[in-house]
Amino acid sequence: MKILLIATLVILPSIAAQPRAGGPERVAAKASAPMDLTGYWVAFVTEDWRFRMITPRKGDYQAVPMTPAARKIADAWDPAADEAAGNQCRAYGAAAIMRVPARFHITWQDENTLRIDSDAGMQTRVFHFNSQAAPGERTWQGYSIAQWEKPASLKVTTTNLRAGYLRKNGVPYSENAAVTEYFDIAPIPDGGQVLLVTTTVDDPQYLLQPFIVSSQFKKEANGSKWDPAPCTAK
Amino acid sequence: MGSSSVHCKVNSSATILAAALLCLFATRTASAQFEITGSWAARNHEFLSGDGLPVDFTGIPLNEEGRIRALSYSESQLSMVEHQCQGWPAFYFVQGPFGLKIWSEVDSLKGNVISYTIGAWEDRAPLTIWMDGRPHPSKYALHTRSGFTTGMWEGNTLVAYTTHMKAGFLRKTGAPSSDEATMTTRFYRHGDVLTVLAVIEDPVYLAEPWILSRSFQLSATPLSSIGPPCVTTYEANVGETAPHYDPEKNPFVDEMTKKYGVPRDAAIGKPETLYPEYRKKLQPAAPAR
Repeated sequence: MKILLIATLVILPSIAAQPRAGGPERVAAKASAPMDLTGYWVAFVTEDWRFRMITPRKGDYQAVPMTPAARKIADAWDPAADEAAGNQCRAYGAAAIMRVPARFHITWQDENTLRIDSDAGMQTRVFHFNSQAAPGERTWQGYSIAQWEKPASLKVTTTNLRAGYLRKNGVPYSENAAVTEYFDIAPIPDGGQVLLVTTTVDDPQYLLQPFIVSSQFKKEANGSKWDPAPCTAK
Repeated sequence: MGSSSVHCKVNSSATILAAALLCLFATRTASAQFEITGSWAARNHEFLSGDGLPVDFTGIPLNEEGRIRALSYSESQLSMVEHQCQGWPAFYFVQGPFGLKIWSEVDSLKGNVISYTIGAWEDRAPLTIWMDGRPHPSKYALHTRSGFTTGMWEGNTLVAYTTHMKAGFLRKTGAPSSDEATMTTRFYRHGDVLTVLAVIEDPVYLAEPWILSRSFQLSATPLSSIGPPCVTTYEANVGETAPHYDPEKNPFVDEMTKKYGVPRDAAIGKPETLYPEYRKKLQPAAPAR
């Protein structure tokens, strides 16, 4: 019996710790998803209303730990110039898009790629599982690497960004910013679900400390309220 | 936090095996939990307190009764001796500007966590989360500022449920909460960031559940488990009645519009203003500074 006990204590944990057949590297992200993020999610703007639902006034930067260099840039914010230069999507980049009052449609692009589309700004984020690459050209949404975290969370790291705005009134982040996000799902009283996205923006150039915000979204039954609209700078 | 400990006292071979399996799975279950105790510094990168102007109920889905009550509130009430140290309900630990000091009480024999406590601050009472399976008291039981909270682990998420809070405020600007309000709180830890998701229900003053979230960062510097004491003093002669406004004549109702360009409907917490489609009603241009 002692042998059985030893075997139990020694072997079982190692069995439990083993990857399933094929190893985790070969299991497609979609198949191994510990939660279902797909569907339509609407931003529920209960926080920072005046910074999100309207374009804050120039100089209203409350709560952002900006460096002096960032403040200088924000003080020179000129939305008309951004539009003229084709940069009207600066406030819709990966560091800020989940704070935009929008609906988000999450789908599997393929077995290892999760895709998020926004109606406001008509942006597309692509989350690559099983990938380490960060290909060349910088974009508003950058390059995102995703991984499931046990027991049920999604971690996304985004780099390779074009410089953009954390807030629509010109609060900047640089192209060297790195965005780390965690996606969690929780039930809410009406039987629905809420998606919680915790976002950390690291940008020593323009932020005195990592900028941490969390945003919540309610799940909607369908896309009947989907209302695509292009980016606006004003 | 100690909840993974299982004392295994065995007498027979069969019991040995059973106990071994119990130990194994108890340990694995506990490993899904996380260490929540410690000092968590506030990262006030979101403006949750919303207490800059008297009539700022933006982001709160008030119903009509809640709105009328909110617009009748005057912050001069806080000058009254009986209100100076009233403190704010449990919601405030999610909204207020202070960090969290969290500690646990552990059963000295079994090693399981009996409770977690989130320390107090000057205007916030300590909040104890009972983890030992005790039930919530009768609805007629004593209501306090911090209420009565039970908790349980769901995977690696601590889920807490708070009832029995005294009637108070959803926000310091006067948005009211009733003694029927409840709060479900979920604590998520990702690395050194603790994110708290709060779902606040109030059948008296809210049109729908109010959902908030807030992040804190693990601090190497210990935070205090208590705040400075609140001491009442004479502040002013507030008259013979509690300061208040006629809800239809609140002199500050347009302050958010004047200072920030926020429409009145949003400032007074109409539920439809919390959804993206409300932006269609807004003027696109922001006034210059």
